Amino acid sequence: MTAMQSVITISIVVLGTMLTRFLPFLIFPDGKTPPPYIRYLGTVLPYAVIGLLVVYCLKDAVFAPSHGLPELIAIAFIVFLHKWRKNTLLSIGAGTVLYMILVQHVF
Amino acid sequence: MKKKAFKAALPYTIPICIGFLFLGMSYGFLMRSKGFSFVYPMLMSLFIFAGSMEFVTVNLLLSTFNPLYAFFLTLMVNARHLFYGISMLDKYKNTGWKKLYLIYGMCDESFTINCTVTPPPDVDKGWFMFFVTMLNQIYWVTGSTLGALLGYVIHFDTTGIEFVMTALFVVMFINQWEESNEHKSALTGLGCSLLCLLIFGSANFILPAMALIILCFTLNRKKEKHEETI
Repeated sequence: MTAMQSVITISIVVLGTMLTRFLPFLIFPDGKTPPPYIRYLGTVLPYAVIGLLVVYCLKDAVFAPSHGLPELIAIAFIVFLHKWRKNTLLSIGAGTVLYMILVQHVF
Repeated sequence: MKKKAFKAALPYTIPICIGFLFLGMSYGFLMRSKGFSFVYPMLMSLFIFAGSMEFVTVNLLLSTFNPLYAFFLTLMVNARHLFYGISMLDKYKNTGWKKLYLIYGMCDESFTINCTVTPPPDVDKGWFMFFVTMLNQIYWVTGSTLGALLGYVIHFDTTGIEFVMTALFVVMFINQWEESNEHKSALTGLGCSLLCLLIFGSANFILPAMALIILCFTLNRKKEKHEETI
């Protein structure tokens, strides 16, 4: 990707993000209630999107020579650690370090 | 008036400060380790100011140029903002010019504080929410810039550091899972995405997965409505 393409990509992400933030205030300026279908999507989508993002992160690992085994081990470790200590930053930090050790020294 | 609002807002943002510095630093460090100048994470944190999407954007910048795909991915990842906005329609009313910034800086954490905390009666609500939003953004931009700068000084084998994004989303997934008794939505997201990944492959699965997720929810809502009427 050229520098120009990077700038365009970032600008599009900024535009998309701002669209999601400003749209409700533009559509419902007087505090009118949005239609039930939209409100329904609002309650369920946030849960589904995180699942989508997890799969998005693993998209290339699944088809890699190691078939996502280091990812699977690190995720299992994160789940265990997070259930045990319930510390978000610890789980993220320790999980990443374990993964780095796995891909650098084991696989 | 401003000073009072600042003093009221600061304590609520301290936990966010720790989290944002840590996550922001790992994000900045990740970008630097992928060869980007510190200007990238600094400006992206300033202008995008949506953590998950910034991590995803690193991937976008490292793959083939595809603006339309980037746009739809952004909309989907950030769709939750629409519903933050809907909840804040009333709260952000009558805040004058600050309203523009409040909407611009409405990340998950600022939303959570502004939505749930009622400032003391002698504190101006608009300024309180303004400082919550601004402090959080300062933490995030500082964290990511620092992380990238650290990347110039500290050198070690960073292979696998991109897993920090996976770890972040896995932890968010567990947190959401434990917050809610209803797991159908989370499983729909996971299931539709996996299915589409296997069918369409890693380069093309995101858009069909989004469509399938929305289709599943639409059908499910119709079914629930139908059951209610019986």
